[in-house]
Amino acid sequence: MSSWTPTAPRPAPASTVGFVAWTRANLFANKLDTALTLLAFTLVVYVVEAIFGWAIIDASFTGDDRTACLKEVQGACWPFIEAKFGQFIYGRYPDAERWRVDLVFLSGLIGLIPMLMPNVGFKRANMIYLLGFYPIFAFIMLNGGMLGLATVDTTDWGGLLVTLVVAITGIVASLPLGILLALGRRSDLPIVRALCIGFIEIFRGVPLITVLFMASVMLPLFLPDGVNFDKLVRCLIGVALFSSAYMAEVVRGGLQAIPKGQYEAAAALGLGYWKTTRLIILPQALKLVIPGIVNTFIGLFKDTTLVLIVGLFDLLGIVQLHFTDASWATPETHITGYVFAGAVFWLFCFAMSRYSIFMENHLSTDRTSS
Amino acid sequence: MSDPVIRINKMNKWFGNFHVLRDIDLNVASGEKIVICGPSGSGKSTLIRCINRLETHQEGEIEVEGVTLDGSLKNLEEIRSNVGMVFQQFNLFPHMTVLENCTLSPIWVQQKSQAEAEKLARELLERVRIPDQAGKYPGQLSGGQQQRVAIARALCMNPRIMLFDEPTSALDPEMIKEVLDVLVELANEGMTMLCVTHEMGFARQVADRVIFMDEGEIVEENAPEAFFSNPENERTQLFLSQVLTH
Ligand SMILES: Nc1ncnc2c1ncn2[C@@H]1O[C@H](COP(=O)(O)OP(=O)(O)OP(=O)(O)O)[C@@H](O)[C@H]1O
Ligand SMILES: [Mg+2]
Repeated sequence: MSSWTPTAPRPAPASTVGFVAWTRANLFANKLDTALTLLAFTLVVYVVEAIFGWAIIDASFTGDDRTACLKEVQGACWPFIEAKFGQFIYGRYPDAERWRVDLVFLSGLIGLIPMLMPNVGFKRANMIYLLGFYPIFAFIMLNGGMLGLATVDTTDWGGLLVTLVVAITGIVASLPLGILLALGRRSDLPIVRALCIGFIEIFRGVPLITVLFMASVMLPLFLPDGVNFDKLVRCLIGVALFSSAYMAEVVRGGLQAIPKGQYEAAAALGLGYWKTTRLIILPQALKLVIPGIVNTFIGLFKDTTLVLIVGLFDLLGIVQLHFTDASWATPETHITGYVFAGAVFWLFCFAMSRYSIFMENHLSTDRTSS
Repeated sequence: MSDPVIRINKMNKWFGNFHVLRDIDLNVASGEKIVICGPSGSGKSTLIRCINRLETHQEGEIEVEGVTLDGSLKNLEEIRSNVGMVFQQFNLFPHMTVLENCTLSPIWVQQKSQAEAEKLARELLERVRIPDQAGKYPGQLSGGQQQRVAIARALCMNPRIMLFDEPTSALDPEMIKEVLDVLVELANEGMTMLCVTHEMGFARQVADRVIFMDEGEIVEENAPEAFFSNPENERTQLFLSQVLTH
C-alpha cells in the first residue's frame, strides 16, 4: 500500500510577479493596450502640467489688492483667498467673537476624533458628550446672549460655519429619523406605514430648493402671529426632513437584505420587536448600507450650498458674494474662488468616503482569522 | 401517559387558501423524544413552528406546559422562554461572536448578568464540544460547528422543550455525525425533543415515537421498531422504501 504525501508549494515563476511583469501584463499586453496606455499617459501629463502651471508657476501669492493679480500671464490669485479667508470661514461673525467659533470647532473635534476611532474606549461617555452636551454648548457659544456672551445673530453667521452647522445637523438628525421612517414603512400597523410612505414619497419627490423655500417663506404663514423661528433653524429642519426621507430608503434597502431566518431565530430566543430590531436587525442592515449612508451624507453636504436661495451664506455663497468686491476684481478671481471652495468641499467629502471604506473593512466579520 | 407538556388538539392551519395542517392531534409527554418525518411539503416544519408560534394556527388549540397559545403576548413570551429551536440553516447572528450569540437571550430576555450569562454559555459550548471557538464569528466556523453553536444558543435559555427542524440537512456527511452525537447526548439527559429529520438511524436510536406526515396530516405514529419494521400504512411503506434505500 502506498501512502500519500502532499506536494510542497513552490513560489510563482518570476515572470508573473514584480514590476516589469505587472506593467507588461496590465499596460502593454498588446498593440491596442500600448496605444491606450500612451494616450492616457499623455493626457495625464498634459492636465497635470496645466494645473501646476495655473496653481503654482503663474499664480500670485502675495499682495493686498487686485494689482497683485494682473500679470500678463496670470494664474491663480491666491491673495484673494488670503484676504478673505476669515470671511470664508466665519462669514460676518464679528472679529472679536470668532474665538467662540474656534472653540466650538475644537470641542467638536475633541469628541469626534476618538468617536471615529473604533479602538478608543469611552464610546458611551463620548456619545453623551457629542449628542447631549455638545449641541447645547455649541448653540450657547455660537448664538450667545447668555453667560455674558454677546448675541451674534444667525444672519451674521456664514461661510464654512454655516456649511458645517447645516451639514452636521442634517447628518445627525437624518440617520435616526431615517431609521425610524424605514422601520415604519415596513411596519405591520397600516396607519404608521401609510404615514411613513407618505412622508418619504413627498420629500423625495420635491427638490431641496422647494423644501427650503417652503420652510423659509411658507412656514411662517402657517404659524400663529408672534411665533417666529429663526431662518437658520427653519432651514435646518427642512434639510433634516429632506435628507431623512432619502436615508429612510437607503436603510430600507439594508432591512430588506436581512434574511427571514434572523427574525425567526430572534423570535425563538424570546426577543421582542424592539430588541430584535436593535440587537439583530439594525447592526447588520446598517453595516450593509454604509456606502449608501455615506453617499447620502456626501450628497447632503454638497446640497447645503442651496441654502443660498433663502439668503443664508454658506461657504460657496460667501465666496461668490466676495466676487463683487471691486478691489479684488481680476479675471482670475472667480476661478480661484471656485477652486478654493471646491477643494474645501472635496476634502470633507473625500474624508467621509475614505472613512466609510475603513469602517466597512473594520466591521467585516468574515475575515478568516480572528 | 403522564400529563402531556405539549397538547395539540384539532389544529388546522392555512396559508391563504392552502390547507397545510389538517386536524392535527398530538400529545407529547415530558421527556419524550419524537421524530417527525414525511415527504417534502407535507407540513413538518409548519407543525413544529406552530408550537412556538413562528407560524400562527387558525383553528384548534395548542397548549405548552399548560399555557395556551392564543394571541396573548404574555403567554407567547412564557412559551418562547421554555421552548428552544434549532433551524436547518443555523440562523446564527453573523455580526456577533459565538459567545455573544449564546449570551444574547440570557442577558436581554432573562436579565442575567453578563458574567453569569458567559459562564453559562461557556458551559454549554463545552457540552456541544466547541469550548475553544467562543471568540470567533459564525462565518469562521464549519457548518457542523455552527449548528452546534445554534444548539448551545438555544440551550442557554434553559428550555424544557427543544424543537429541531432538519438540523443536519444542510451539513456535509462528515459533519452530520458530530451534530447527531450532541443530539443523542441531549436526548439521553431527558430533554423533551421534537425533531424533524430524515436520519432514520438517529430515529431508531433515540425516538420514543416516530410520526409520519403527508399532505398536512399525521398519517401514522408508532414506536420506532414497529414503525420501521412493520409500517401500517401503504403511504408510509412507500416513503420508507424511498428513504431507507439511500
Ligand atoms: N409562508 C408560507 N406561505 C405559503 N405557503 C407556505 C409557507 N410556508 C410553507 N408553505 C407551504 O406549506 C407546505 C408545507 O411546508 P413545510 O415547510 O411545512 O413543509 P416540510 O414538510 O417542512 O417540507 P421540507 O421537507 O421541504 O422542509 C408547502 O407546500 C409549502 O410550500
Ligand atoms: Mg421543512
